[in-house]
Amino acid sequence: MNVMTDQSADRKAWMSLLAKAPAADLAQLWASVDTPDHHLLRPPEIGGVMVRGRAGAVGATFNLGEMTVTRCSVKLTCGAVGHAYVQGRDKDHAVTAALVDALMRTDRADAVRAAILTPLAASISAAKAKRAAKAAATKVDFFTMVRGED
Amino acid sequence: MYVAVKGGEAAIDNAHAWLAEERRGDPGTAELSVAQIREQLALAVNRVMAEGSLYDADLAALAIKQARGDLIEAIFLIRAYRTTLPRFGGSKPVETDKMACDRRVSATFKDAPGGQVLGPTFDYTHRLLDFKLMADGAVPDATHADALAQDTPHIMGFLDREDLIQPEPAGDDTPPDLTRTPLELPADRALRLQSLTRADEGFILGMAYSTQRGYARNHAFVAELRIGTVAVEMDIPELGFAIEIGEITLTECETVNQFKGSKTEPPQFTRGYGLVFGMTERKAISMALVDRALRWKELGEDDLGAPAQDEEFVLYHADNIQATGFLEHIKLPHYVDFQSELELIRKLRREAQSTHEAAE
Repeated sequence: MNVMTDQSADRKAWMSLLAKAPAADLAQLWASVDTPDHHLLRPPEIGGVMVRGRAGAVGATFNLGEMTVTRCSVKLTCGAVGHAYVQGRDKDHAVTAALVDALMRTDRADAVRAAILTPLAASISAAKAKRAAKAAATKVDFFTMVRGED
Repeated sequence: MYVAVKGGEAAIDNAHAWLAEERRGDPGTAELSVAQIREQLALAVNRVMAEGSLYDADLAALAIKQARGDLIEAIFLIRAYRTTLPRFGGSKPVETDKMACDRRVSATFKDAPGGQVLGPTFDYTHRLLDFKLMADGAVPDATHADALAQDTPHIMGFLDREDLIQPEPAGDDTPPDLTRTPLELPADRALRLQSLTRADEGFILGMAYSTQRGYARNHAFVAELRIGTVAVEMDIPELGFAIEIGEITLTECETVNQFKGSKTEPPQFTRGYGLVFGMTERKAISMALVDRALRWKELGEDDLGAPAQDEEFVLYHADNIQATGFLEHIKLPHYVDFQSELELIRKLRREAQSTHEAAE
């Protein structure tokens, strides 16, 4: 759990992306992919995760409250196993995310990355950039009134 | 005395059927969808998530619809649902210094690095009713500008570097959880913060206001208020590493308060902290003020006898579900209790009357 290999860093990145992706966007992209033969190792299950914060942003941890999470594990007939922990209570979201995770560990990885992960990451970062741009427009430019001392 | 303990089933069923009809309102008016509530009553949804202690905007919107807009009833529904969820684990502490800020203001430094970013705020509006909202109409697009690429630094970091603010001792121990173990006093800061973040906004606001008016005087500056999204990361046992399991909106408030110092230690500013689910600015500022007031013991201050310093008073009365449960139960049948009181008062009156007559 300490040293993160490149491989696990890569997997962390796509699992994180799948967890945060809007379920509808993922479902739409997934429709273009052939669903591989698989069975559910762990059927989708809805649960909670206690979110923690730090006192004063940097200090000791405290419990902030829970969030809903759905998890699922699948095994493809080729033997690849996929896991998913996704935000919210959408079971299809969790199954699809686990299938994508499993496929990313097969020789279909490049095709799945191009069909699902790349467009998903692009739409999420576009949405984030749009929000950041709106925030930037509300940044205050201070100016000092000329004082009439002369 | 015999008191019926059964009955009313038909009345209850009929009451609930009528409730459903009243909830729907005039069928000639379009029905609200959960998505409409989630998108257009977002601040109500945020409050229900914060006080319901469960981050799920769809569920909070559903609860608001079911509760006919009664937010405490909606919070009650969310709290009840929350208890049915298996707990998958605890997240790593969220990193608010990496927040994608919608809003970030500092009342202490005008030229704070990262700037004063107002975000979608009610501040500076004139609080005049906008009758245009009564008519349907498109909203003009918000203006865009070039955004800074880097993270927005915390203001406190600058004071910390100069040693001007009391340091915040880091710790990674698993914090106590009042949803698993009943809240006992004295409560450490982690427990107080958990209690405050899910506490009733009105109660915490009132407590915070009392400190501003002079009860446990603690003049607070809002060093920083930020609202935005952060990723939530959790270790996944079957993987052996952590992944992000979602993204949530948080409001964080850090206050700078007056000094603490002694003969041996030079004076330093002290801190109050508020962190709340959603866009919940009033609550986060209130939380920071109450957090600071409750820290009097650890900061070596005097007990001024102010309500906001009394952790038993604050923590035991801040939860609106506990409070409403006990408060509202008194409207439910107490026929037997009251019959015994009636018997007693009649007996006392009879005795008083006979003593009075005997005296005459």
